Amino acid sequence: MACFVVPAAEAVVTTVVTKIVKEKEKAEEANKDNLDISGKEETIPFSEKLKWLNIMLWGGSFLLLFEHLWHGEVVPFFPFFTAAEDPGTMLREMATNGVLMALLVTAVWAVMVAVTYSVEKRSIKDAAKAQ
Amino acid sequence: MTLLITTFAAIISTVVWYNKMPDNAMKTGILSLMFWGASLMWLVDAVVEYINTGADYFKPSAEVMLNDLFLGLSVVALGLVVWLIIILIKDPKGVLGKMLHKK
Repeated sequence: MACFVVPAAEAVVTTVVTKIVKEKEKAEEANKDNLDISGKEETIPFSEKLKWLNIMLWGGSFLLLFEHLWHGEVVPFFPFFTAAEDPGTMLREMATNGVLMALLVTAVWAVMVAVTYSVEKRSIKDAAKAQ
Repeated sequence: MTLLITTFAAIISTVVWYNKMPDNAMKTGILSLMFWGASLMWLVDAVVEYINTGADYFKPSAEVMLNDLFLGLSVVALGLVVWLIIILIKDPKGVLGKMLHKK
């Protein structure tokens, strides 16, 4: 029906957040250069990690949009969703399937980020030991 | 069937990405994340449908299966086309840039 709209809406928010975080990281980087702080730890910036979530949400929503087009649930004219004739059912589906989709993708991304942090920590420790 | 085909596409693209790392010139990570995102979303759909229909979910008719097979293959093709467009726009190996410079 219209479940993919929820992860797509989340994708809009996370894309904006990624842009803000990237700007902050750039400013911090410039500050570090001005203060001439050396010995920076090589880790993946958080904005890069947010990009993973963006790709999963945008990519997944786009492919689901295609599936909805395939099944004739999305049409190229107003109101675009055939289920809009029964708004109650459509909204219920968005509130259940859509929200669950967004939550599951975000949860998987959170696990990916947690694993990456632990790998980064380990490699920093190993590098410190080797020195 | 669509979920299964997309999940296989996600697994294969992840293996290719891992095999090529740290060389990320072909940006296969984008492809794998895109397929994983879609697979997770369809997994939710499948679980909800299973809760509603029970074991019948695993007994689709031949017609439904064939339609899902075509849909799954089309989804993989569309994902690959999107990835190809990203590659051509970003031109990570500078091939298109060099070609245009020559002209």
